Amino acid sequence: MSKFAKKKDGEIPAVSTASLPDIVFMLLFFFMTVTVMKDSSLKVENVLPNASEVKKLEKKDRVIYIYVGKPTREYEKTFGTEPKIQLNDKFSSPSEVGDYILMERAKKPQEIQNVLTTALKVDKNASMGLISDIKQELRKVNALKVNYTTYEGDAFNNLQ
Amino acid sequence: MARRAGAPEVSAGSMADIAFLLLIFFLVTTTIETDAGLDRMLPPMEPPTEAPPIIKQKNIFTVNINRNGQLLVEDEILSIDKLREKAMAFLDNGGAPSGSPDYCSYCKGKRIAESSDNPTKAIISLKNDRETKYSTYITVQNELVGAYNDLRNREAKRLFGKDYVAMEAEYLNPETEDSVKEELKEKVTRVQGLFPQKLSEAETSSE
Repeated sequence: MSKFAKKKDGEIPAVSTASLPDIVFMLLFFFMTVTVMKDSSLKVENVLPNASEVKKLEKKDRVIYIYVGKPTREYEKTFGTEPKIQLNDKFSSPSEVGDYILMERAKKPQEIQNVLTTALKVDKNASMGLISDIKQELRKVNALKVNYTTYEGDAFNNLQ
Repeated sequence: MARRAGAPEVSAGSMADIAFLLLIFFLVTTTIETDAGLDRMLPPMEPPTEAPPIIKQKNIFTVNINRNGQLLVEDEILSIDKLREKAMAFLDNGGAPSGSPDYCSYCKGKRIAESSDNPTKAIISLKNDRETKYSTYITVQNELVGAYNDLRNREAKRLFGKDYVAMEAEYLNPETEDSVKEELKEKVTRVQGLFPQKLSEAETSSE
């Protein structure tokens, strides 16, 4: 008889779970960093044109987005196939753009209200008539800084 | 009596280190996607009482896009891939004779009297149809911005030995240090002053 209790034959020691919290935290941090909060789901087709002379849009909090394009298939029945403007989550007419900009501007902190950029994410098959209407509205509310958001690439690919 | 040992315990002490290593790796390599595009300024709404400034016809470079995406540049049909060249020739012309206040000392153009006097006077006027496709419009915009950028690059290389586009990107990058920014700002504004971007967009025609 020994002083120390002998292990029973064949018993497998339990796997240490001390590092489990680390793994969980790692996953948590990973997803925290890569997740981009999606603020609106796209209801329009949005294949952007290409351009080579692009500048990056830094500082996401200073950007107001306007989407333009043909309604996607599920909305085609209700809204037709003509290009439409999407503001936040709903389809809008050009005359609502001004109000939307003012509303979004009011939500931002005071000190950046003057340096906001309007990013126009326009499908490459849209026609310029709608864009001109939007530009007129933007001029009315003095939102003069616009960015035609594009993909980086050769601009001549657009013409095909 | 021979004793059969259970499976040896796996050492888990270094698991945390591995986890952190992975975490830091992903932190460093993951970039949140940023959008890019062509920056433009819209003209402010002018008060209706103000008379438009008088600009000499030779200082205006007109670009018209029709509904089929064809270009009419200075009253001639032009294919879109020649646009950049033509716009650069116009901007860089420097037609004012030496001695006149508008004389352009850094221009390398042909100095044709019928074309623009000075890059600071030259205006590109862009007009498009309501039916023009957006992708065509972006291509034209891209070429015109490209013409300015090419000329600015040339001057920036001559003055500072650096590309204008690279300098501007560094200046706009929020990670650049303030002291570097200060220095770049001066250079960037100087080059911008040599070739100011005067791109006017007429209201869209509907016919």
